Amino acid sequence: MDTYDPHIYELSSPGKHGTNLPRLDVPESELPADLLRQDGMNDFPELTEPEVIRHYTRISQRNASPDTCFYPLGSCTVKYNPRLHEEVARYAGFAAAHPLQDAADSQGALRLIYELQEYLGEIAGFSDVSLQPAAGAQGEFTGILAFRAYHLDRGDHDRLEVLVPTAAHGTNPATAAMAGLKVIEVKGHSCGGVDMDDLRAKVSPRTAGMMLTNPNTLGLFENQILEVCEIVHGAGGLMYGDGANFNAILGIAKPGELGFDFMHYNLHKTFTTPHGGGGPGSGAVGCTAALAPFLPGPRVRVADDGSYEFFTPAKSIGRMKAFHGNFGMLVRAWTYIRTLGAEGLREVSEIAVLNANYVRVRLMDLYPQAVERICMHEAVLKGQIVGAPKDIRTLDIAKRLIDYGFHPPTIYFPLIVPEALMIEPTETEGKLTMDTFIEAMRQIAREAVETPELLREAPTKAPVRRLDEVRAARQPILRYDREAIARVRAE
Amino acid sequence: MTIRIMSHYISITEAERAEMLQAIGVASTDDLFVDVPAEKRFPTLSLPAPMSEPELVRELLAMSGQNANTLSQSIFLGAGAYNHFVPAAVDQILRRGEFFTAYTPYQPEISQGTLQSIFEYQSLIASLTGMEIANASHYDGATAIAEAAIMALNVTRGRRTIVVARGVNPQYRAVLRTYLQALDVTVTGDENPGATIDDALAMVDDQTALLIVQSPDFLGRMHDLRGLAEKVQAKGALLCVHFDPTALGLFQTPGEVGADIATAEGQPLGIGLNFGGPYLGIFTTRQKYVHKIAGRIVGITKDVDGQMAYVLTLRAREQDIRRERATSNICTNQALMALASTVYMGLMGKQGMRKVAELCYQHAHYAAAEIAKLPGYRLLSDGTFFKEFAVGLPRPAAEVNAALRAQGIVGGYDLSADEPQLGDAMLLAVTEMNSKADIDRMVGVLRDVG
Repeated sequence: MDTYDPHIYELSSPGKHGTNLPRLDVPESELPADLLRQDGMNDFPELTEPEVIRHYTRISQRNASPDTCFYPLGSCTVKYNPRLHEEVARYAGFAAAHPLQDAADSQGALRLIYELQEYLGEIAGFSDVSLQPAAGAQGEFTGILAFRAYHLDRGDHDRLEVLVPTAAHGTNPATAAMAGLKVIEVKGHSCGGVDMDDLRAKVSPRTAGMMLTNPNTLGLFENQILEVCEIVHGAGGLMYGDGANFNAILGIAKPGELGFDFMHYNLHKTFTTPHGGGGPGSGAVGCTAALAPFLPGPRVRVADDGSYEFFTPAKSIGRMKAFHGNFGMLVRAWTYIRTLGAEGLREVSEIAVLNANYVRVRLMDLYPQAVERICMHEAVLKGQIVGAPKDIRTLDIAKRLIDYGFHPPTIYFPLIVPEALMIEPTETEGKLTMDTFIEAMRQIAREAVETPELLREAPTKAPVRRLDEVRAARQPILRYDREAIARVRAE
Repeated sequence: MTIRIMSHYISITEAERAEMLQAIGVASTDDLFVDVPAEKRFPTLSLPAPMSEPELVRELLAMSGQNANTLSQSIFLGAGAYNHFVPAAVDQILRRGEFFTAYTPYQPEISQGTLQSIFEYQSLIASLTGMEIANASHYDGATAIAEAAIMALNVTRGRRTIVVARGVNPQYRAVLRTYLQALDVTVTGDENPGATIDDALAMVDDQTALLIVQSPDFLGRMHDLRGLAEKVQAKGALLCVHFDPTALGLFQTPGEVGADIATAEGQPLGIGLNFGGPYLGIFTTRQKYVHKIAGRIVGITKDVDGQMAYVLTLRAREQDIRRERATSNICTNQALMALASTVYMGLMGKQGMRKVAELCYQHAHYAAAEIAKLPGYRLLSDGTFFKEFAVGLPRPAAEVNAALRAQGIVGGYDLSADEPQLGDAMLLAVTEMNSKADIDRMVGVLRDVG
């Protein structure tokens, strides 16, 4: 069956338009002829409103999403996105407010920013928070720039190394490189935790800091965390917490109390601002008082007269983006925290961890655990099924899950686990859903042995089947080109 | 047995919890956290008590009601964020859960909706700009410029200077410096008030990786950039043109003038003001630099049955694969905002894009002409402007804005901090949303203040 949905350019007919704009009601000025565009925009599509709506409604149906299916994508915390959030973020005073309008005309927005700074600080145990970073990766960059600025401010010019565990997210080493620092890898022990001997061997007066995700990317809490922080601090380094896995420890532990100096929060993970198909994210950062002077501005504080005002910290590393952060996401995160309160947040983590362990124990006889141990919010298993043909891999298991109506878990991450399957159910999934998923995984394990072609050929029930990703990179077609597309389709 | 469900977002009953704990082999959820050091386990969170949905609605409506906004006020403020018309159809598409709740399209077979929308975005942006290729977007216009600088440093290996014209939005220039502060790179060209693009060009030498210019510039002036790229390229550097996507419905494109990179803040394309974000960083360049671009890119391929399909491609550039050898740590793009702009451009089409640009130009020129007639006011944006212009004022901008505010009008951007040499001055933005009646009312207040 040809499931092709036409590209918007293929739906165009000259002369159409899809919007109802005001008529010109001012006297006309002459246009500067020498500055006009030359091409007449002749390749721009022309459609009516009903055509545009149908087109995007149709292609939306070619997506799986947490609204339509279980989406246990490990490390990504794809939980339910409350509908209230979508409503309140669209209130005119939030969605239609200009970022540079007078603070006196923005007190509601500034109050929201201030309170969210306070809440996030309390939840993670930090004295100061900036909501400016646009995403987790930018939060990391903010933190490492702040570390650098902190050391330079103390006249400490030789701290040019960042320690990163081998199991870290790829953003960690990339961030260190962007900040001009050298990445020193620290080995992990068998539980994915930091190898303390290796850490001791690698900290030095050159250590600017260490980047650590806790719980780590094996879904395990670093039980030597206090000692790790002590060793790094003892060498004059700072501890950066990658908050990607923060959903496991709300009300369970405060990173600031564990010894972290700086952390980013992925508001789009833990605090359920929607992922949007890959963004916008929102990467607030929190830190100790010692690092607060280096935070990016503007932040919000309470002025002497009790009103809210913007300020930029004294030794700020500078702006990370224009204006005040992804404010629309902040409205959602504020609403989430006020909906749940302290007990509700703790319950989020308890159930997230309960769910992950439940899936783990129900599958571990068929899918070996990366580490045999109680996990946090995600279970890392291996797609190594006893009795299956050698060529059957985690990728095949993931694609077969699609046929059962599930979004697959994260696969082949962390890199240190062969054939990794990283399953993060999140707290918003019910037992019934997980039982159905578990049954599908068990069935797939049987199929892998008895009818492996079902895995090799999967998916067969998705809008398209397995893709030739190499071809896309070898002959890149990155924009609409009628002839190139016709050629691809004809082949 | 009582059923204890603390949050309506959690779908596990008390009975199920007990059953699951038994399956796991622990007595309580507390036992799942034994790896957390005991003395640090289960801290108190001092947070306000939870609120019900009706209470939250009331509270948030009250907070929203304290903020000026374009639905209740007439607004002439721009400086990087603009009040443009957003057709209702745009938000209706964004509200589809299939789009807004999905994650990054790592599993292409079940993410064709997101992937196709991004491919269409790349296509529309390429058509709009006249540039060869676009990526799937960056965080905003400011970070798109910073990524342009990093790319240029990589393309022109060994060159360590970025020249940025004074006319580039000061917040963008600040972000550029933030991004490059830890690298051994000099950012220059914008130090002197009033410095022109020619002044910046004069600083381009054999150490320069990139010249960044903005047109319309921060003060709203459009520059004829023909010939500039050749001069920059003759020095072995690249040219980045930062543009206003609305202007391209009518005016010179970065592609036509031979820019190597073109960036923009995409907010005018169907994205609300949102008190500053989320917005959309548009990034375009030449096909030959495709391996040097940061951020996601969607391409075309086939499935095993020969069906055409979309997929994230050229992934070898990205941080999760290259790790410390990657030159950018970017993971997310602004996919949902890119979708907003895609639907917007789809609705506008060729005619709509042109008409919005015309309305902006005409409204702004009408407003400027009316203000220029007022005693004590003078236009400071010499040459041709698009939708924004600087005005010299008879009194400090703060006073003029206070008078406008008293009449329910959000006035212009006070230039005293960024461009003090202009004296008492403000930047006024006038778009298709400012009707003649709005403009006349605003001009009336200015007359009374003067």
